[in-house]
Amino acid sequence: MSLSATTAPPSHVPPPPEDAPRRRGHLLNRLDLKYSPYLYIAPFFVLFGIFGLYPMLRTAWMSLHDWDMIGDRSFIGIDNYTELIADEYFWNALINTFGIFALSTVPQILLALFLANLLNRTLLRAKTFFRMAIFVPNVVSVAAVAIVFGMLFQREFGVVNWLLSFVGVDQVDWDGQRWSSWTAIATMVNWRWTGYNTLILLAGMQAIPKDLYEAASIDGAGPWRQFWQITIPMVRPTLIFVVILSTIGGMQLFTEPLLFGNGRIIGGDQREFQTLAMYMYEKGIENLNTAGYGAAVAWAIFMIIVLMSLLNFLLVRRSAK
Amino acid sequence: MNLTTRRTRLAAAALAAVVAVGGLAACGNDDDTPAEGEKPAKLVVDTFGEFGYEELVKQYEQQTGIKVELRKTAQLGDYRPKLVRYLATGRGAADVTALEEGILNEFKANPGNWVDLTPLVADHSKEYLPWKWELGKTPDGKLLGLPTDVGSLAVCYRKDLFQAAGLPTERDQVSALWPDWNSFHQTGQKYKQATGKGFVDSITAVSNGVLFQQGTDLFYDKENNIIADTSPAVKTAWETATSMADISAKASTWSQEWFGGFKQGTFAATFCPSWMLGIVQENSGEENKGKWDVAAVPAGGGNWGGSWLAVPEQSKFPKEAAKLAEFLTSATSQVEAFKAKGPLPTNLEALQNEAFLSYTNEYFSGAPTGKIFGEGVAKIEPVHLGPKHQAVKENALEPALRSFENGQASKQKAWEQFVKDAAIQGAF
Repeated sequence: MSLSATTAPPSHVPPPPEDAPRRRGHLLNRLDLKYSPYLYIAPFFVLFGIFGLYPMLRTAWMSLHDWDMIGDRSFIGIDNYTELIADEYFWNALINTFGIFALSTVPQILLALFLANLLNRTLLRAKTFFRMAIFVPNVVSVAAVAIVFGMLFQREFGVVNWLLSFVGVDQVDWDGQRWSSWTAIATMVNWRWTGYNTLILLAGMQAIPKDLYEAASIDGAGPWRQFWQITIPMVRPTLIFVVILSTIGGMQLFTEPLLFGNGRIIGGDQREFQTLAMYMYEKGIENLNTAGYGAAVAWAIFMIIVLMSLLNFLLVRRSAK
Repeated sequence: MNLTTRRTRLAAAALAAVVAVGGLAACGNDDDTPAEGEKPAKLVVDTFGEFGYEELVKQYEQQTGIKVELRKTAQLGDYRPKLVRYLATGRGAADVTALEEGILNEFKANPGNWVDLTPLVADHSKEYLPWKWELGKTPDGKLLGLPTDVGSLAVCYRKDLFQAAGLPTERDQVSALWPDWNSFHQTGQKYKQATGKGFVDSITAVSNGVLFQQGTDLFYDKENNIIADTSPAVKTAWETATSMADISAKASTWSQEWFGGFKQGTFAATFCPSWMLGIVQENSGEENKGKWDVAAVPAGGGNWGGSWLAVPEQSKFPKEAAKLAEFLTSATSQVEAFKAKGPLPTNLEALQNEAFLSYTNEYFSGAPTGKIFGEGVAKIEPVHLGPKHQAVKENALEPALRSFENGQASKQKAWEQFVKDAAIQGAF
């Protein structure tokens, strides 16, 4: 990211003065140059330490205990983790999370690429309007989105079932099956995040030098070929970023499925759409006496995100070669 | 702006941020324990929903000169996590804290968090509904909470829909339609034949009603062993509820279908504790005023909800807090609160009060709700709720019932699902 790393202009250090007060000023100036950068970055690291690192380590410590949120606690080593591996509902939540993740991320990024490419056209009118408009869903509160979509996907009076009835589809009980609940939740996620990803990809596309396209045109490459052979390879770093962000978001999916299931933490009567984050909440916060187990679920989510991000990174990087 | 001043300012801003963060970490060490006998300047009361304490608190302030701060949280669902945080971190809890029936048991499991009220208040053990008083005590006899209200149970029904189906509409005749659950089912079948629509909102609402009429152990025995799979009370509720699947509108309580169903008339009857009346009214809207009425619940009795006032161990003024709780739960206060916001009294004297018994509800066709619910209160059978009662009910029993109701599982499979989940949810 060479753009953001602008170096400060060299300060014009005056010739070393002779009298004492001036020397003092010189010393302060040197101290300033040497240590103030650390002070500038300190707020982030201090805040990260308090709100990022400390909770993480504390959660790890909790996960090694049989921990009652408002009562006793005792050290039990890795028992929570061995129990987790044999826990059917944990694997169920993992499958749900990956299912919804696949249904949301893949179409979302494809659509975002397509939209970004459209918005990048030089011929498009009212560019700023469209670029702003596409971001609007992301600004809307996630709870509001989930409630509205919950109404759209209602069984009796929902708009989606009403529209489907015109093409002869029977009333769908959206939260009654895996595929239907996953689809409904993925729709919310897609609606909310496609615009965001579009803007990031658009920024990536605008950094591509125009002469590459001109040269390709002269060589006789059409728009389609230009898209595949210039745009896609050139936005690959941005694409990695978008994929990793989506992965993190997808693994932490919580509010949409929770509100879609009327706020019930088990997400569907047979846990059809309980995600990992919901399972963590069920064990760690709703059930007061299994807080330690909830912490183990939290660490499992963390490890899965790390693994997934590495995998993404390797895949996207490998396909570059 | 030249470079040096800008730099100085930035440095100052950075320093300010660091100091602010450090300050955050440093503050909060205000463990100034008051001297013995010192009078508190202020007591804090935490409630959820509507307890009707606004006027009572003012009276108390005038009588004692102690300021009382009333902290209200709209929904129990938001209230519980706050309370958990206060207890887990050991700070922030109010001096007087309301505990609802469903969450009381899990907080009872750690009695160390609460003050024993027995030495702090006069002996009121004979003044309240006996079962309600007993539930406020921990297994080892510590008095954890003073009783506030109770839900009681009635049936709210739509007169216009009953009429369209050729059923009687007058509330005494409607109550006479269902002396037991079997006749409730038959009435529902008649309604379903005439209209083709669901009669009752959901089978989970039925199971909830039946469960609390049993008057025995539910998911736990007296020693708090989980007996969900063998408990006769649970089995009765299960069988009654599953038999009603054919007359259910499949709109489970608090779901989108349920909220929408009030306006759309997808069901003609639902189960109403007294606090539910406001919710029915709000969701049905002004246009349905006078269409709802209140009748007796099948088989009589039953309860849904109700609370206690407790004093957390972290309160700095346990004596004064206990006195305030005692004041708020007295007979006169309970009648005042009922008149203000409708929570049903649990104090025996309050239940005999004239103003309480003569109260009628205009929205529900002028139904004498004071009398109806007051009579219901007397029929409530005490039940034993174990430590994880709420979790077993909400995360094991009701999902299994809905799986059956929506045709996702056979009755046998649904029961197996319940037994398995009850063991997980009920462990403590």
